[in-house]
Amino acid sequence: MNEFVVDNQILDREETLPRTEMEALQLVRLRETVARAMNVPFYRAIFKREGITPDSITSLDDLKRLPFTTKADMRDNYPLGLCAVQRGDLARIHGSSGTTGKPTFVGYTREDLRMWARMCARFLYAGGLRACHTVQVSFGYGLFTGGFGLHYGIEEIGASIIPASSGNTTRQIHIIRDLQPDALISTPSYALNIAEVARSMDVDPRALSLRFAHFGGEMWTEDMRHKIEAEMDLFAFNNYGLSEIIGPGISGECAARTGMHIQEDHFLVECINPDTLEPVQDFEYGELVITALTRQAMPMIRYRTRDIASLDAGPCVCGRTTRRMSRVIGRSDDMLIIRGVNVFPSQIEEALFQVEGTSPHYLIEVSRPGSLDQVTVKVEVRPEFFSDKMSEMQNLRERIDRKIQAAANIHTQVELVAPQTLERSMGKAVRVVDLRGRQG
Amino acid sequence: MKIHQLSMFLENKPGRLSEPCRVLAEAGINILTLSVADTQQFGILRLIVRDWEKAKEVLEASGCVVNVTEVVATEVEDRPGGLTAILDIIESAGLNIEYMYAFTFRSEDKAVIVFRFDNPDLAIAALQAKSINIIGGVELYERVKQ
Repeated sequence: MNEFVVDNQILDREETLPRTEMEALQLVRLRETVARAMNVPFYRAIFKREGITPDSITSLDDLKRLPFTTKADMRDNYPLGLCAVQRGDLARIHGSSGTTGKPTFVGYTREDLRMWARMCARFLYAGGLRACHTVQVSFGYGLFTGGFGLHYGIEEIGASIIPASSGNTTRQIHIIRDLQPDALISTPSYALNIAEVARSMDVDPRALSLRFAHFGGEMWTEDMRHKIEAEMDLFAFNNYGLSEIIGPGISGECAARTGMHIQEDHFLVECINPDTLEPVQDFEYGELVITALTRQAMPMIRYRTRDIASLDAGPCVCGRTTRRMSRVIGRSDDMLIIRGVNVFPSQIEEALFQVEGTSPHYLIEVSRPGSLDQVTVKVEVRPEFFSDKMSEMQNLRERIDRKIQAAANIHTQVELVAPQTLERSMGKAVRVVDLRGRQG
Repeated sequence: MKIHQLSMFLENKPGRLSEPCRVLAEAGINILTLSVADTQQFGILRLIVRDWEKAKEVLEASGCVVNVTEVVATEVEDRPGGLTAILDIIESAGLNIEYMYAFTFRSEDKAVIVFRFDNPDLAIAALQAKSINIIGGVELYERVKQ
């Protein structure tokens, strides 16, 4: 059995600042951020209109007066329009994959890179990494922030790095077996893939040298943590970040693993109701909004992450005073809670895609006829998957139902409807109709 | 020898059948025969018309999803046991009938059975080997005229 024990040592004094001191520091840095943002035409125009100057920010409450920044703003200012420094002052450029549209690029100055490495070092250290360890980094080294972000964080601690990068799982397993790293850095799903491939190679993933892992880069669940820990016999930590702000390093778990400590001296995190834009209470789920307090190249103000999580300002056994955030449970643009299960239209869309290799028009209708939620997925029949045979049509319905059940863990009524019967909107397609509020 | 059959997806709601019928009527297309298969939630309308290409065009223009399938039409005596003889042949040839429907002509003592097979060519060969008259499209439309 894994005997990995984490002490409660803390890397930086800022992680334990008393609340008043932390807020004083945040206020100073918020004003500096507004001053830097004046160099960005996008922000300068808004500030001018709203009468915002660094001096007009006199308390953290004034944050409310600052505008939100969205992914659309980044796209509108593509590729580097939100940079506050000259192109020559950039030390590196990373990018997002562009899975939800055009890719976005993010610039870093040398100072940004130093800060970023320190932020990654902090959460790695909180999660047990020490200079004596060897770490295999199985994040891609490239535009994606995961690989390089974690790499320099590990270097900051002084541990030894195996920059395996992503892909070629068989080789990854050979490296682990031969070089005996103590820790793994990857996405949680890739860890499961490593375990699976190892078993197929007759290598017992539980017998490998790995004792702990820091996972990030994608949404995952507590169930998945248990599964990985059981299959690989290691201790799994969660961390959070997004490239628009900096990459990994915004928050990470300590040994207690009861939420991820936010590096509040560098990142000001709000949690809001995505509909009303009002702040939500601690422990209540809302959308994270992040202001980067020390970023030089891109001083991001109130960035709407679309990530749904909750905050906890309570004390932690580890001694850090920073607030903690829960794991991200979904995206604000599309989360549904069905009988307590979080369901995303994207999961249902993916299931539909898997069935027919095409994305049909669909509508998810949520109702509560009695006391239980009911989900009806209406799918428009398309020529490619219409058959004159009744058996094939019934099969199609069943296949869709099974796929959705596998993907989203909910049972739905699949209803095939005639083409052109689902409402089209001019902008973003309406995919969800929630009737629960409108019924008794 | 095969006949083109149009099939359409219909929601099982009042008025859904009349829409394609109206579209065909407006285009001056006569329906020779039709059948509807239905579940509680949706149905499949299958029909045979002379000018199936035009029918498909106008139906699709009206927003229908239309499939064209080849079916086999055979002639049977319009008397007790007329169908059994054909079914025996199909059965002994090991062919599977997906579905079938029948209609009769006004002035004849023969009925026409429309079969949907997975492999219509194989079915035609088996039936013709036993001297069953397969009715092609042209012949079918001519006889309806009479």
